[in-house]
Amino acid sequence: MIQFERVHKTYQVGGREITALEPCNLYIPQGQIFGLIGHSGAGKSTLLRLINRLEAPSAGRILVDNEDVTAMDARALRQFRQRLGMIFQHFNLLSSKTVADNVAMPLKLAGSYSTTQISERVAMLLHRVGLSSHAQKYPAQLSGGQKQRVGIARALATNPRILLCDEATSALDPQTTAQVLQLLNELNRELNLTIVLITHEMDVIRRVCDQVAVMDAGHIVEQGQVSDLFLHPKHPTTRRFVYEAEHVDEQELSRDFAQVQGRIVRLTFKGEATYAPLLGQVARQSGVDYSILSGRIDHIRDTPYGQLTLSLVGGDADVAIEQLKAAQVTVEVIRA
Amino acid sequence: MMQFFSNVDWYDIWMATLDTLMMLGGSMLFTILLGLPLGIVLFLTGPKQMFEQKGVYALLSFCVNILRSLPFIILLIVMIPMTLLITGTSLGVAGAIPPLVAGATPFFARLVETALREVDRGIIEATQAMGASTRQIITNALLPEARPGIIAATTVTAITLVSYTAMAGVVGAGGLGDLAIRYGYQRFQTDVMIVTVVLLLILVQILQSLGDRLVVHYSRK
Ligand SMILES: Nc1ncnc2c1ncn2[C@@H]1O[C@H](COP(=O)(O)OP(=O)(O)OP(=O)(O)O)[C@@H](O)[C@H]1O
Ligand SMILES: [Mg+2]
Repeated sequence: MIQFERVHKTYQVGGREITALEPCNLYIPQGQIFGLIGHSGAGKSTLLRLINRLEAPSAGRILVDNEDVTAMDARALRQFRQRLGMIFQHFNLLSSKTVADNVAMPLKLAGSYSTTQISERVAMLLHRVGLSSHAQKYPAQLSGGQKQRVGIARALATNPRILLCDEATSALDPQTTAQVLQLLNELNRELNLTIVLITHEMDVIRRVCDQVAVMDAGHIVEQGQVSDLFLHPKHPTTRRFVYEAEHVDEQELSRDFAQVQGRIVRLTFKGEATYAPLLGQVARQSGVDYSILSGRIDHIRDTPYGQLTLSLVGGDADVAIEQLKAAQVTVEVIRA
Repeated sequence: MMQFFSNVDWYDIWMATLDTLMMLGGSMLFTILLGLPLGIVLFLTGPKQMFEQKGVYALLSFCVNILRSLPFIILLIVMIPMTLLITGTSLGVAGAIPPLVAGATPFFARLVETALREVDRGIIEATQAMGASTRQIITNALLPEARPGIIAATTVTAITLVSYTAMAGVVGAGGLGDLAIRYGYQRFQTDVMIVTVVLLLILVQILQSLGDRLVVHYSRK
């Protein structure tokens, strides 16, 4: 559990005050994958680094598992940090140490593990991330995806309950990104690990996150379930991210709609409704004809969803809309 | 050929070589013992670093700059009273070591500072995020990551010390430099000069290739 209470962060730069994070409240329950998305400079890293107090807040309180992070002394903070893992965009592995020694590092620093315990745990972790055969290599001999998996193994060495990821996939190609996200997904399930994940790609959020906060210029502008934000974005910044991910051009859409007859509605299906043979049924019963103007069918984390924009012509459109709503489909009327 | 080396007393050369090696070894040892911590403190208190301390950094930096701007030959002379105090003599190998250390330590400390600055900030941050103490960050992350840089700094310093030992010969330190000046320069025994210079050159070559090899060995990038 991570909780921000009116947390605020400013930096002094050359006598001037720069606000990196406006006062914000946040609650992240245990076991969730929580996404933070925003453009460069929005304050995502600042927010993340406040959690393990790599940055100290200018005001406010941060609670992690009911412990006040802001009140910890140096010793308590060091012990607290051992219960948190962190991974980075550029991996930040020690180039002078082998893969196994990198993973062993948090355990050695903790000072409470025997040599045998360390080597067993390192072997186990490397096996889990699929790098057993690379234990004696140096980071420079690995690919980006492999390096990030070493980073993950290292972050999990001391068995933390929380993993912080600062753009962990931004330096990776799409296929490797998918593999790393898959691994994070599995670890979240296996260990009930809370993951806070920064990204600037909505697609990353869609694939792994439960909840998401959208940041813009130091503010959290929108926050909620990924399915809600993704399917019904409200804030302009959120919309931009969603449309970017879906390659939707708003202007082009409205231009196209001008040439279409009838009512225009957007239907959102979630879960099982996505694959139900609903449209045909409704069309037959209400006598409307429909044509599909645009659509997408995919998954949000593991939940399938579909979103279709239709034009309805003839028959009784009101009846059609009522029937769709009755079948748990969200209907938005775009043009009456 | 033998005629040409007629002035060369190989026993003297051998003793002078030993003196040079002893001066080099002794001063290198103390230079590392003093310069490494000084370099670490310079790094830590430096701008935007973990323990940024403008006053401390400025003071240390100023002292280092003073010592570095003094020509070594002047340092040798200025240091005589202090050398007497520390070693009881200003002559021979023992008398040469304090000024050599005073000359090389600031130089070495700067190079160490630079090598530490080369370490990726992200690595320090990752180590901090693991819950490491400052001491652990230094010993477990900074020094291992900067090792190639510190070895290169040691090599450069050792070679600088070789030429310093030759200068120290002027004020009675002995060693190869002393031979070169006393016989080669003042008595026009060119052969002695050539032998000593060749030996110094060999020493420098050995140090450089040893240093290079270690740097390559420890660079995993
Ligand atoms: N140490 C610092 N000193 C001064 N200003 C800082 C510091 N760190 C961050 N900032 C400022 O705070 C703001 C937020 O930065 P932050 O790194 O949190 O952004 P971000 O959302 O992570 O961006 P990016 O996607 O580029 O990583 C920026 O305006 C940045 O310039
Ligand atoms: Mg960032």
